[in-house]
Amino acid sequence: MKALRRPPWVLTVLATIGAALFVLPLVGLLGVTPWSDLTSLLADDVVVEALRLSLITSVAAAVCATVLGVPLAWILSRIDFRGRSLLRAIVTLPMVLPPVVAGAALLFALGRRGVVGEPLADATGLVLPFSTWGVIIANTFVAMPFLVITVEGALSSLDGRHEQAAASLGASPLVVFWRVTLPMIKPSLWAGIVLAWARALGEFGATITFAGNLQGRTQTLPLAVFVSLDSNRDAAIAISLLMVVVSIAVLVVLRGRWWGRTS
Amino acid sequence: MRPCEVGSTLHYVYRRMARIATALASAAVVILSVTACGGSDSDESVLVLAAASLSDAFATMETEFEAANPRLDVEISFGGSSALQVQVEEGAPADVVAFADTAQINALVEGGFVGSPTVFATNSLVLVTPAGNPGGVVSLDDLADPDLLVGVCAPQVPCGRYASELLDQAGVEASLDTEEPDVRSLAAKVAAGELDAGLVYGTDVDAFPGELAVVPLPDGVDVRAEYPIAVVTESSVTDNADRFIDFVNSAEGQSILADAGFGER
Repeated sequence: MKALRRPPWVLTVLATIGAALFVLPLVGLLGVTPWSDLTSLLADDVVVEALRLSLITSVAAAVCATVLGVPLAWILSRIDFRGRSLLRAIVTLPMVLPPVVAGAALLFALGRRGVVGEPLADATGLVLPFSTWGVIIANTFVAMPFLVITVEGALSSLDGRHEQAAASLGASPLVVFWRVTLPMIKPSLWAGIVLAWARALGEFGATITFAGNLQGRTQTLPLAVFVSLDSNRDAAIAISLLMVVVSIAVLVVLRGRWWGRTS
Repeated sequence: MRPCEVGSTLHYVYRRMARIATALASAAVVILSVTACGGSDSDESVLVLAAASLSDAFATMETEFEAANPRLDVEISFGGSSALQVQVEEGAPADVVAFADTAQINALVEGGFVGSPTVFATNSLVLVTPAGNPGGVVSLDDLADPDLLVGVCAPQVPCGRYASELLDQAGVEASLDTEEPDVRSLAAKVAAGELDAGLVYGTDVDAFPGELAVVPLPDGVDVRAEYPIAVVTESSVTDNADRFIDFVNSAEGQSILADAGFGER
């Protein structure tokens, strides 16, 4: 390839504005951070409990998304059935849907008066809204699509010969899936899990709508930021900074190649 | 895992998201161009930031004020008073603020963000259950029952502060299940039967007709909310802002508020 000429100025200007849109809020956040009080702010009960709850619920959601999402991705990519395109569209819907709508929909389905929630509560006494389980379900709902489309993409572009070879040697379909298919898509699987986990960590709208907001039970980090922003802004800023650090750590792991590339 | 492989997977994800985004963007362009053609012919607009509990009353207020002032376009953004306070402090281009508590507006007055406020309405806090009272709530003391699902507003918003004041007055240690960020989301969750009881404003009962039942409070337990309104100092249309506030305080404005269940000043 020829050495790159000077980039067209139009692209440079637009790209600079685009980059500024991402950089400026970060600069703003760093600018108002109360650095000297940071440790005491982060040691506050509200923050510690929200962090604990966020880690538990986001990891649980990532696990649920993996256990349920990998089989779903496999079905979507390998089995030809009527309504497959429709199912694929429905599975990716939460990526486009406003999370508040997702939360309301979950409430209508799984709430105490919901289509599924009411019989469930009558039979088992289990009420999902306003519980930590509710947070995990809301998180799984919004996070799983990231795992499904990542894994499905990997499965679709997989060379089928290894699976055929294993099958011809007598391995059952489940063994092929477990011993051949899964190991071959491992990088994508990890990417999907991390994406889903990150999405769950940042979940706000569906959580506050479906699971409410109570310290120690359903108040995750984003909810703590939201309610603290009004009354205790320094705490909100400290939590925001914590979330930025966690998010950047995830992206560094995922996009390592971007940082390493110098051409 | 190798970063390169992860990167290519991400590209697949991004490509798919990009396709969805492109579809949405073209839909948005169509909608925008349609609305641009049918845009309003108003000359000036007034942006009002109002407490969530004013949702219904101020929606009517907007319609009536615009009918009386055809050249003016009123836009109202509803939210928790404390969230609106932050928006004003961070320079939201608002002209009028109307809150559910004097604390937030006093903070804005001290900071020089708004002019001197006037109280234009009052409201009372009530104990509500879903219609039919499935949880069997008969008194404020029942809020201490851990088996009932009980909600209040977050302590940061006025209705949450009033709720803790009310519970203090009655000496009740409530077993809470959620602290909602604004009163309307709390009232909606009680109305939907997802909560057994909640402390909301009297006006919210009118906003969910037939869906909420009121449980009487003990004698002597009474919390009155005062609603202040003020002009934002940085507003470029202060005369219009004044005109809106005058309308709210006029006989017509006051009767709209009374219809929505607000008390007198």
